Amino acid sequence: MKFLVISLFSCLGFCGIVSISNQDKLQESIIRGSEVYSDFCINCHMANGEGIEATFPPLANSDFLKNNQEESIRGIKYGQKGEITVNGKVYNGYMAPLGLDDEEVADVMNYINNSWGNSNKTVVTTEVVAGIKK
Amino acid sequence: MKSIISFFGIVLVCFYSCAQQKPSKVEAKTPIKTNYTTQIVVPELDIPWGMEFLPDGSILITEKDGRLIHFKNDNKTEISGFPDVYVRGQGGLLDVKLHPEYASNDWIYFTYGSSEGEGTGGHTALIRAKIDGNQLVDIQHLYKGEGNTKKGQHWGSRIEFDNEGYLYFSIGDRGNRDVNPQDITRDGGKIYRLNDDGSIPEDNPFVNEENAKKAIYSFGHRNPQGMIKHPKTGDIWTHEHGPRGGDEINIIKKGKNYGWPVISYGINYSGTTFTDITEKEGMEKPLFYWVPSIAPCGMAFVNSDRYPDWNGSLLVGSLKFEYLERLIIKNKKVVKREKLFENLGRFRNIKLAPDGYLYAGVEGIGIVKIIPDSF
Repeated sequence: MKFLVISLFSCLGFCGIVSISNQDKLQESIIRGSEVYSDFCINCHMANGEGIEATFPPLANSDFLKNNQEESIRGIKYGQKGEITVNGKVYNGYMAPLGLDDEEVADVMNYINNSWGNSNKTVVTTEVVAGIKK
Repeated sequence: MKSIISFFGIVLVCFYSCAQQKPSKVEAKTPIKTNYTTQIVVPELDIPWGMEFLPDGSILITEKDGRLIHFKNDNKTEISGFPDVYVRGQGGLLDVKLHPEYASNDWIYFTYGSSEGEGTGGHTALIRAKIDGNQLVDIQHLYKGEGNTKKGQHWGSRIEFDNEGYLYFSIGDRGNRDVNPQDITRDGGKIYRLNDDGSIPEDNPFVNEENAKKAIYSFGHRNPQGMIKHPKTGDIWTHEHGPRGGDEINIIKKGKNYGWPVISYGINYSGTTFTDITEKEGMEKPLFYWVPSIAPCGMAFVNSDRYPDWNGSLLVGSLKFEYLERLIIKNKKVVKREKLFENLGRFRNIKLAPDGYLYAGVEGIGIVKIIPDSF
């Protein structure tokens, strides 16, 4: 019994540590991602992720970003072309491939996933980005 | 009393933190009627950054992702042999320009992002080369910005020749606003002038300055992506992107400082300010500034009897608002602005071709020709 309790606690503790360190990793990734954002994204998607009406879709409170994580990663990694619908509005622009490496794509995803009212605690990792093909 | 003081305190804070921008002196309006329309001549291009018209009527097109395309007899052929292009952020394969005597010497000039040289990342490079069949040959590396960086911003770049045969090209500040543009010992934030073979003209303004980049012709620029020789005066005109507001039109003069980021009509993307002044002794004020920004790219003077309504105007592509802007300029003052072909797409480039027609590069659409509207 005692053994069970101890292992239960250590398991919980372990999970706690993992979860804390995951959140730390997310925070670090978000900080790096904010720099990527102001280098590569801000001039179209703007400082508060609001985009430009009818030209560049918003990232803030974007249903597309929330519901299409894989497509969003693919767009950042390889460029985005063709029609997409964001918050009920149709955009048909072209975002060129940005030349970011997989870690930078992961960081900027974590940043936009968790800024301007967006919240998504699932960490996008470099491995996840690496796994997404054209 | 205390509440009054705190109220004024809040007002003061607001006054200084919420930057008030002076809008452009002339507002852009939609014309009631335009007698011209667009026709797609080269379909399906992603980002047609630059284009040139060869004597046989074919078109050379640079795609930002690194492809050099030759469009002839309704066919696109990729020209191989271009040096490695470093595609990152706003960088990639940029402008293309024929030598003024191309018909006799075959030289074609290109600017592009290159990771050659020391340090990781890249910087803007200028080469010239010839085309043999579908192959780029005789490549000569004429200039490469030093201080490679992984920053994604502000590579320029446009290429132009003046009436004396000097070559001008631009490099933006490469995302290092507070260091590059005001330092003539560093590349970035400059307009450069070279002889057509890449050598440095003896009368360039900083040839006798120690450690200066001798190719510099003017400095204090942010990101010039439009450059055109005035058809009458022969002056080199440029425009450049501001941050949030503060795009500019300038006439480039030897050795002058165009002020970025010391003087500007722009503010940071976040809404905060980086400067409070728009003029300073020793710095050139723009001929015109845009607030809000239109994100100007490509530039052409209409100098053709095919466009009687527009002759003498300056045309500028808007990446941000997806239209072509027509500016009427009198005595070096913009007196009227029009939005043409609204919602067609992001206008990346505009050129007057040797056939007297205007052609525009529009992202995701291709190259469009501007023709009289027969209805």
